[in-house]
Amino acid sequence: MLRFIGRRVLETIPVMLIIITGTFFMQRFVPGGPFTAEKAVTPEVLHNLEAYYHLNDPLWKQYTDYVWDLCPKRFHPLALRSGLDLKAAFGIDFRPSFKYPNRTVNEIIAYKLPVSLELGGWSLLVALGLGLPLGILAAVKKNTWIDYLCSSLAMTGICVPTFVLGPLLVLAFAIHTGWFEASGWYSPIDRVLPCLTLGNFYAAYIARLTRGGMIEVLSQDYIRTARAKGASEARIIFRHALRGGLLPVVSFLGPAVAGILTGSFVIETIFQIPGLGREFVDSARNRDYTLVLGTVVLYAGLIVTLNLVVDIVQVWLNPKLKFE
Amino acid sequence: MVSLSPKRLPQPVPRLEPAEGGSSLWTDAWRRLRKNRLAVAGGIVVLALLLLCFIGPLFSQHYEEQNLDLGASPPSVSHWLGTDTLGRDLFSRLLYGGQISLSVGLIATVVALVIGVTYGATAGFAGGKTDVVMMRIVDIMYALPFTIFVILLMVFFGRNIYLLFLAIGAVEWLTMARIVRGQVLSVKRMEFIEAARTLGFGRGRIIFRHVIPNVLGPVIVYATLTIPSVMLLEAFLSFLGLGVQPPMSSLGVLIKNGADSMEEYWWLLVFPAVVFSLTLFSLNFLGDGLRDALDVRTSKD
Repeated sequence: MLRFIGRRVLETIPVMLIIITGTFFMQRFVPGGPFTAEKAVTPEVLHNLEAYYHLNDPLWKQYTDYVWDLCPKRFHPLALRSGLDLKAAFGIDFRPSFKYPNRTVNEIIAYKLPVSLELGGWSLLVALGLGLPLGILAAVKKNTWIDYLCSSLAMTGICVPTFVLGPLLVLAFAIHTGWFEASGWYSPIDRVLPCLTLGNFYAAYIARLTRGGMIEVLSQDYIRTARAKGASEARIIFRHALRGGLLPVVSFLGPAVAGILTGSFVIETIFQIPGLGREFVDSARNRDYTLVLGTVVLYAGLIVTLNLVVDIVQVWLNPKLKFE
Repeated sequence: MVSLSPKRLPQPVPRLEPAEGGSSLWTDAWRRLRKNRLAVAGGIVVLALLLLCFIGPLFSQHYEEQNLDLGASPPSVSHWLGTDTLGRDLFSRLLYGGQISLSVGLIATVVALVIGVTYGATAGFAGGKTDVVMMRIVDIMYALPFTIFVILLMVFFGRNIYLLFLAIGAVEWLTMARIVRGQVLSVKRMEFIEAARTLGFGRGRIIFRHVIPNVLGPVIVYATLTIPSVMLLEAFLSFLGLGVQPPMSSLGVLIKNGADSMEEYWWLLVFPAVVFSLTLFSLNFLGDGLRDALDVRTSKD
């Protein structure tokens, strides 16, 4: 098991390097720079600006310097208690932003990431809280009207994407009935519509996967044995079937979390939430080199880490996978 | 090219009559598919949408035709689904937008299909080290957050619709490659491949004439299910303002515009949303039905 974990951790390094390298060079080779949209500056000012951001160094030096700045150089997770300061905690320096000259990318992330994480976290809870019970129920009551109801609910969830559901929910519950605010991120009640919208799609997927996994497990011999020994239906479902039945769900959690993170771009736009997703899309439009790289690296890091965790949990649930 | 090789094989008979009236895989699948009412309904809706979107615009009002006097008028007899803020008929805009969305879905899926099938078939057929390396690359690419890359691509390279096809196709080929490789691995051990090799056929011929036709089932199923996910991605990008650009429009663009003005003009949001969801519904039901009919177990759920 330790060897497996070690190998998987090592595998994340080339992935992160590809992402950093790809993003770094892609944005350097496209027309337009961070200062092209500014009001005209004198050549001297431009020169000073470029010197400040090290844009005059040879490209390979800019690249290696940047990668070095990103490398985690210390490990003080306790520093995170006083705020999301990645530099103090891990020595990761994302450099100053181009568009907000007096702020560093670290500060922007520390300020905006918690909002996105909160949105994502609640949405994931919604997804699991709705999806698992629906899926289990459908599998247990297979081919009855309950199953058909759950399955068609799940299909509806998949076919009504977030950017359709979000505006429709706002139209119905904010504009017509006035129960919620149409946008904003102030009181706890503002969390309801965005998290429901984002979680719904994944709830539908999870329900389908749970149903499939549970049906397969429930038809196995050891379930029949348990039933023959007189175990109660609840015990069979939760104690015997769930561990195997949830395998497909666990393997979906990696992509699901990635999807929830990127899905928040749209949700944050619809509900005007001041999260990192909107900042990322804007920064790409503004050619804010450091902010784009910083957010991409951060998102990629989160996704890669979560995939790693999911893989390990999967092997723990089903040791057979280790050898594949 | 004129000289014929001495070992020329006899010309194959154009159509062999089966010795006894068996039914092929496809006939069986078709029979099973027809029994699945949801899948049939999905198929009919997809066909109807295709016809409407690709032939309808020829007869309807031009989608760009403005009539500012109308402003945003609710559904009426002359404009069935109402008009938008510039007085453009929503029905004809929907037809045109649907045409773009469906085209993106189809073309990007074809791109994904070509890359994925070629790659997967090569890896599966080559086997050994080549296979390991090629599938390792796929594994690594799976870990990349592609949506983010597509967004970056679209922002940096000017939101060109051809780039959109390529970018989405390039994202979606990975799963296809995996499925095809798995199928090829199992097909290539079968005896008729051995027979083809004994007859001295070249590798290319064996791959394209003998292996690929036999892995078509899962490929068709997965392609049907890829179209809605491509359309989702396109609409997602369009919603962020990064996909199809005006004056062109797609369902994603229409939904975005509708969402912006839904407080006053609900029909601008509701109709595009319904059409989009209906399309996804039918494609998904059709895909699920095909999967059951062809009895395929894809790696995706």
